[in-house]
Amino acid sequence: MIAKATVKKGEYHDSVALMRVAKLLSEQAGVLDSAVVMATDENKRLLRGAGLSTPDVNAAGESDLVVAVAAASAELADGFLLQAIEALKSRHRELKIGNVARSLDGALKTLPDANLALISIAGRYASAEARKALENGLHVMLFSDNVSIEQELELKQFASSRGLLLMGPDCGTAIINGVPLAFANNVNRGNIGVVAASGTGAQEVTTLISNAGAGISQAIGTGGRDVKKEIGGISFLQALDYLINDPKTEVLLLVSKPPHEAVLKNILEKVKDCKKPVIGTFLGANPELFKGSGMVATATLEEGAYKAVESALGKPVSRTSGNPRFHEVIEIEAAKLRSSQKYLRGLYTGGTFVSETLFLLQGMKGDQHTVIDFGDDEFTIGRPHPMIDFTLRNKRILEEAEKPEVAVLLLDLVLGWGAHMDPLPELLPVLLEAKRKAQAAGRYLPIVMSVTGTDQDPQNRTKVVTALRGAGVIVAPSNASAARFARGVLELSGKDSV
Amino acid sequence: MTDLFQRELSVVNIGLSSFKESFDRNGIKSIQVDFRPGLAVSGKSKDNSKTLEAQVNVANEEAMKRILAARPMLIGMGRALDLIPGMKKNLLLHAGPPVTWERMCGPMKGGVIGALLYEGLAKDDAQAEKLAASGEIEYSPCHEHSAVGPMAGIISPSMPVFVVKNETFGNVAYCTQNEGLGKVLRYGAYGEDVVKRLKWMETVLFPVLHAAIQKLGRIDLKTLIAQALHMGDEVHNRNRAATSLFYRALAPAIVETTQDRQIAVDVLNFINSNDHFFLNLSMAAAKCALQAAEGISHSSIVITMSRNGTEFGVQLAGTGSKWFTGPAPVPDALYFKGYTKDDANPDIGDSAITETAGLGGFAIAASPAIVQFVGGRAEDALNYTLQMYEITAAENNVYQIPSLDFRGTPTGIDVRKVVDKNILPFIDTGVAHKKPGIGQVGAGVLSAPPEPFIRAFEGLFS
Repeated sequence: MIAKATVKKGEYHDSVALMRVAKLLSEQAGVLDSAVVMATDENKRLLRGAGLSTPDVNAAGESDLVVAVAAASAELADGFLLQAIEALKSRHRELKIGNVARSLDGALKTLPDANLALISIAGRYASAEARKALENGLHVMLFSDNVSIEQELELKQFASSRGLLLMGPDCGTAIINGVPLAFANNVNRGNIGVVAASGTGAQEVTTLISNAGAGISQAIGTGGRDVKKEIGGISFLQALDYLINDPKTEVLLLVSKPPHEAVLKNILEKVKDCKKPVIGTFLGANPELFKGSGMVATATLEEGAYKAVESALGKPVSRTSGNPRFHEVIEIEAAKLRSSQKYLRGLYTGGTFVSETLFLLQGMKGDQHTVIDFGDDEFTIGRPHPMIDFTLRNKRILEEAEKPEVAVLLLDLVLGWGAHMDPLPELLPVLLEAKRKAQAAGRYLPIVMSVTGTDQDPQNRTKVVTALRGAGVIVAPSNASAARFARGVLELSGKDSV
Repeated sequence: MTDLFQRELSVVNIGLSSFKESFDRNGIKSIQVDFRPGLAVSGKSKDNSKTLEAQVNVANEEAMKRILAARPMLIGMGRALDLIPGMKKNLLLHAGPPVTWERMCGPMKGGVIGALLYEGLAKDDAQAEKLAASGEIEYSPCHEHSAVGPMAGIISPSMPVFVVKNETFGNVAYCTQNEGLGKVLRYGAYGEDVVKRLKWMETVLFPVLHAAIQKLGRIDLKTLIAQALHMGDEVHNRNRAATSLFYRALAPAIVETTQDRQIAVDVLNFINSNDHFFLNLSMAAAKCALQAAEGISHSSIVITMSRNGTEFGVQLAGTGSKWFTGPAPVPDALYFKGYTKDDANPDIGDSAITETAGLGGFAIAASPAIVQFVGGRAEDALNYTLQMYEITAAENNVYQIPSLDFRGTPTGIDVRKVVDKNILPFIDTGVAHKKPGIGQVGAGVLSAPPEPFIRAFEGLFS
């Protein structure tokens, strides 16, 4: 054992600071004994007793600081002495005071003019917090799921009775006054108002609108259950009213899975009275349902977005499917497929895209096409959403790449707030590896993707798209285009019927 | 028509903090709520608390009005046996909720042994221990006799006590004279030095202080504490400024009333050498203020938090003399050289009465000199105080935090808020060795344990 000591002449630290550093020192592995004390006679005596004294220490006076360490070697002891002296130096850090509250009413003391609560805590606590927020006059976006339908109904009735909006539960996306909430994108502001019972659907249409040169006044989410019979579309109808009365909203776009019949009737009644153009994308719904309502019904999110843009800007938007180059590339890709490659694999992080893709693949021959929603509960228990955590889908991408029957990989990538902030380093190597694996087996594997986002998003869509294209990925402007492209490749290769 | 689109968004983000990034980056005002679920209380008590909400609010308003209107004054001294209600020759008062000799922790047993030696009821430790366990000696909480005692909090019949009177309501609280640091009775030491010091305090210190206080008439403790807070004390773990102010008030009177010059010097030196001399008085002042809210039916304001080294006890304004208890935790502490957490006794003492009254840990933002106890940064101390506003019913009208623009300290713990928000009172504390006879081994902080608050909530709303 070697004891080393440093004397700091005339250095004052209050006793508590000394105790703190002494504690730090004594907790280091390898420190056999230590002391951080002022060199009073009493302390010097103690140091001698502990074998920690040196001639310097004996000579020190009571206004001097002593740091002493015993360790296995002189080098170790010197290292610990340096650490202790470093720890004693001033520890100024930027003050961040009061920016975290522990409860809603604590938060309201700091931010008394708050007008919206974004709630993303576990479902069993979420509805009580939402209720408190409503009682305090705040609008609520309830991101949390696992809120019972009875609680949802109660909250929505209470909210609407107070003239407040309750978006959710399980509402992933909204853009209010230009501010993206939860999983949402930075988009141009403009005159198109969106009501969406689907989070990914809202992200797709708002980004497509923004990328096509138009903009969003408001995008209001309702949560997927709102249009069911039990809830009766309380939030959907309320949002519709808000937008009909909002002078900055000139065109309305409605996005949802098909609502319950009675709910749809109420929605269409409002649409009929509305003087503003209304476009509706009710994925998978029979177009006959909308006859006579005055609503322009579209089958895909892409078409809904573009119809809204055309109405807002008063000029046509060109569709990818009308572009000759689109078909050329389909031909090029199809020509590279081998006869064993017959089936499509859609691996998705956004659930609404799955519905849209399934609709667009209707009538395809072959029975082993697969479309998977990695956001489904069975994949998300105990792990983050697949838009943030790519692990499971990445694994599946590599598995599918090895299968001789797989003809096309169809993927989505969602950018914006809430999503993975830097997706390329995790995704690109996997895509390259997938292509390599196929190539090693003598196959060419087309990967078709849509990238939902804008250049204003923190990830920058152009940057991401450029990198993906550089890796040989075919990037379509929308999920609908990507799905049509994939179908086109399969059908043109003529092998889907074999 | 909704106002949602007319005003700039201002968001309370409850849950995933990553969602706040969008607001920060887009220049939107927002605040993060670090949510945690409330304490688990019975469904029935929860329902009752809802039903009684308005009534409880009214009761709490009255309780806070009284607590804040209190004017604790030091008006005199006397012998515990003569002054403290219910005091008798075979009674020892102790800190915390009721506890039997068998269940007493080491330092409290040490305090009892020391007190029996001091009273001359036993000749040595062994005899004292036997007597303590014999059933001849009775034990009772200080709090049940209008008194408070730091750490073991032992008050025996011969001990001199300060008399603190609430001039607004007339109620009175008592406390002993502080012995100093190190090997002292309140930390469970009972050696010869300890008893000798206690005797000196009784025969020399007491008469001198008594005469000086009589000369002065009274000392306004509330004003003194308010000044000390401006000078860096929180009057629990730091009493340097308050002791200095007290010394300044007293010194001329001591010099004037003491015939023997050497005695005056000894007394002044004794006070001067003990930074914690004022602690007992800050506790009595806090007790005196909180007593004013005793017995306000339905009130959910905490008027006592206290530990006996075994259990942590809570009393509410609205539940009479009933104690709600749970196991006392071991504090997070900085230890003196040679000691570790393994040596530490669970939390002990009536001194959490300071936190109960909006001082101590609740006012730690006023005391940058001791932020080492809470992580070493002024920011940490500020955040601890800010958090206590979440569970209190009022801001103090007199005690202020300079660094929070002289905001009143968080005062009056509402047990409903503790349960609802799962934020537990933050307490500064000294740490005693778990064995009797050794004394203080460190100082630190802790959060109060949840059980007493759960039981108090269920007791009030049963």
